Amino acid sequence: MSDKTKDAAKALLAGEIDRRGFGKRMASLGIGAAAANFALGGVATEALAADFNWQAHKGKTLRLLLNKHPYADAMISDLAHFKALTGIDVQYDIFPEDVYFDKVTAALSSHSNRYDVLMTGAYQTWQYGPAQWLVDMKPYLKNPAKTAPNYDFNGIIANLRDSDAWSGVPGEALGSANAKQWAVPLGFELYNVSYNKRIFDKLKIEPPKNLPDMIEIGTKITKDAGGAYGVAVRGSRSWATIHPGYLSAYTNYGARDFEVKGTKLTSAVNSAESKAMNKLWVEMIQKAGPKNWATYTWYECAQDLGAGRCGMIYDANIIGFFENSPGTKESGHIGYAAFVPNPKMTHATSNVWIWSLAMSSFSKEKDAAWYFIQWASGKNFGIYGGVKKKLVDPVRNTTWHDAAFKARLDKNYPGFYEAFEKTLPDAKIYFTPQPLFFNVTTEWAAMLQRMVAGQVTIDAGLDKLAAHIDREVKSAGI
Amino acid sequence: MNDIATHPELITAKPARRRANPLPYLLSLPALIVCIGILIPFFTAVWYSLESYNMAFPTGRHFVGIGNYIDLFSSGTFWHTIVVSMVYMGASVIFELLLGLGIALLLRERSKLNNIISVALLMPLMVAPVIASLIWKLMTNPNFGVYAWIVNGLGFTNFGWASSPDTAMFTVILIDMWVNTPFIMILLLAGLRSLPTQPFEAAKLDGVPARFVFFRITLPMLMPYIITATLFRLLSAIQEFSIVYGMTQGGPGDSLMVFQIRSYIDFYQNTNVGRSSAILMVLWAITFGLSKLFVNQWHAMRERSKAGA
Repeated sequence: MSDKTKDAAKALLAGEIDRRGFGKRMASLGIGAAAANFALGGVATEALAADFNWQAHKGKTLRLLLNKHPYADAMISDLAHFKALTGIDVQYDIFPEDVYFDKVTAALSSHSNRYDVLMTGAYQTWQYGPAQWLVDMKPYLKNPAKTAPNYDFNGIIANLRDSDAWSGVPGEALGSANAKQWAVPLGFELYNVSYNKRIFDKLKIEPPKNLPDMIEIGTKITKDAGGAYGVAVRGSRSWATIHPGYLSAYTNYGARDFEVKGTKLTSAVNSAESKAMNKLWVEMIQKAGPKNWATYTWYECAQDLGAGRCGMIYDANIIGFFENSPGTKESGHIGYAAFVPNPKMTHATSNVWIWSLAMSSFSKEKDAAWYFIQWASGKNFGIYGGVKKKLVDPVRNTTWHDAAFKARLDKNYPGFYEAFEKTLPDAKIYFTPQPLFFNVTTEWAAMLQRMVAGQVTIDAGLDKLAAHIDREVKSAGI
Repeated sequence: MNDIATHPELITAKPARRRANPLPYLLSLPALIVCIGILIPFFTAVWYSLESYNMAFPTGRHFVGIGNYIDLFSSGTFWHTIVVSMVYMGASVIFELLLGLGIALLLRERSKLNNIISVALLMPLMVAPVIASLIWKLMTNPNFGVYAWIVNGLGFTNFGWASSPDTAMFTVILIDMWVNTPFIMILLLAGLRSLPTQPFEAAKLDGVPARFVFFRITLPMLMPYIITATLFRLLSAIQEFSIVYGMTQGGPGDSLMVFQIRSYIDFYQNTNVGRSSAILMVLWAITFGLSKLFVNQWHAMRERSKAGA
């Protein structure tokens, strides 16, 4: 690597030039993109290593348990840099999402020390944490001997940081003073509308402004688009049906999952606000949803958007990113819009899903595992994943403010950044933290299916669901 | 006076023979090890089923006796699970038996064509049930599925397949039939081809009507095979997981919430080990009862045939 190349890479890492400037300098030196990236990685490794002993655990081996996801793919593609930086070897097992959390539960509940670091969601930590399967990472964060000075944990978007921190007391707010940091965010998703511009242009319609509007527009698409239906949302009998668009809209209508009085939780799924929102949601699925909605997961929603089978989705914004990328039928035709479901509200209240990294309590290499977690959630990897790979949405403010990242989005995914910016301020986890999360939300999804199928009225269904949740909560002694 | 009194050396000879012959114990050792391998997890599950044990509440673990069972049997949703599992088991096995028997009768004569067809019909049996459910999920997709297209063409424009509570059971039974009918077919075909020919030749010479031959000769002679096939399929169907979970995860609503799915969700999602184990114990009791019933039936039939001979 020449001195000029090194200087350019150092200037970029120091923030003196942006990615575009770095690219231009490399081009003027006759260096291609791949070589430039390699040079940047090398200098980043040197820079990271300069002010912290990253080699303290050289020669050790870590095992990761990963979910098959573009965020994990980004991490895997950059492992060579971590190995060069630390001298730690990394091996991993990767599983599809359908079976991933079963594998995690099996590994952790058996107290296996096979895995040191695992991918998890925040909701899972509400079970794994109290079960003492995960390590609280606050002591690591506070220890300057173990955490690099430029790691900047506070540079991670505050709501995401807090979402992975919980005290273990049911109903107590996430990120409270006595909360334990069960995981560290890697990448996340929030929920807004991604729509098919071709269909919208053909029908001369605009993206919906609120839920009643979404029903109207969705119904029109189902009737007039010539085969495509209106709105794709998840519907399978799973907790995953509740946490995306559904809970975001639910919250926007002022509804909550629980009322918290001290340490006592009472189900609030049958509140007036919940019933009002559910009536609209059920109507939307019946009039404008997919015919086999009850089997719909993330994958079906994504496939339908990418194949032009639906007019829009109200789901993860990153689906809109992936389906607009080369390789799908509708690539280049996807638009993005922030969405405020309640006409009386002025801002979105998006729930979030956060892919995070956690450390197994049974790991024998905890310090080395912490090195990996801080590298993967660090600034350099965030920018690499955001600019070069599909790590959207990155969790660090620095990545969102990175010129090259913004340029990439603006060029190929127009509107994505703006929709994100509008949705982000109030994007956070809106569930009440408690260990029965999966029990509650799976039953919730089952009841939603029954309401959509007309097996039970909305009022009766939600009353029944509330009674069931209260029984479960009582039986668990919460 | 007995032999021991007259020949005292016999007293010492007997234990010496025992020591010298460990072979029977050695031969049964593998079975014993396998048995222990099965019994340890079984009794662990029995113990768990008697505890209030949720892994997310490690400090709340305590012995509750039959508390989990009382909770289960006083819950409407669990009785619903029993009904759904029984309907699934009964309907799938009955239809598979009828279809399997019909196909076996059609392929009874040995010929090249029949052999090729019987091998071809075995193909679905080679497909893992979870893969079968994914294939069917695609084939019944209303947007591009071939079956959805056919049914639509027949005028059933809003046929919901697995996504409607009205048709979900029908759909998963159809898939179960697609996967498992070949198993019954091949078993009954082997039985049919091994039946003695004399009774059939005699009936033919006497001009006995085909219906009479089927109900009075073929079916009784085939009964041991039918019972065996039924037993295997009943035990497998009551424990069904892959097809139902792959298609609907037990939904829509609770329409397909069979034993295994309820237990699986309780363990893996809700981390409620106590309740999950109690559900499996109830399933084990049903499975054990069914096997006992059929094995007794099979023994009785064998005794009757011995007595007849």
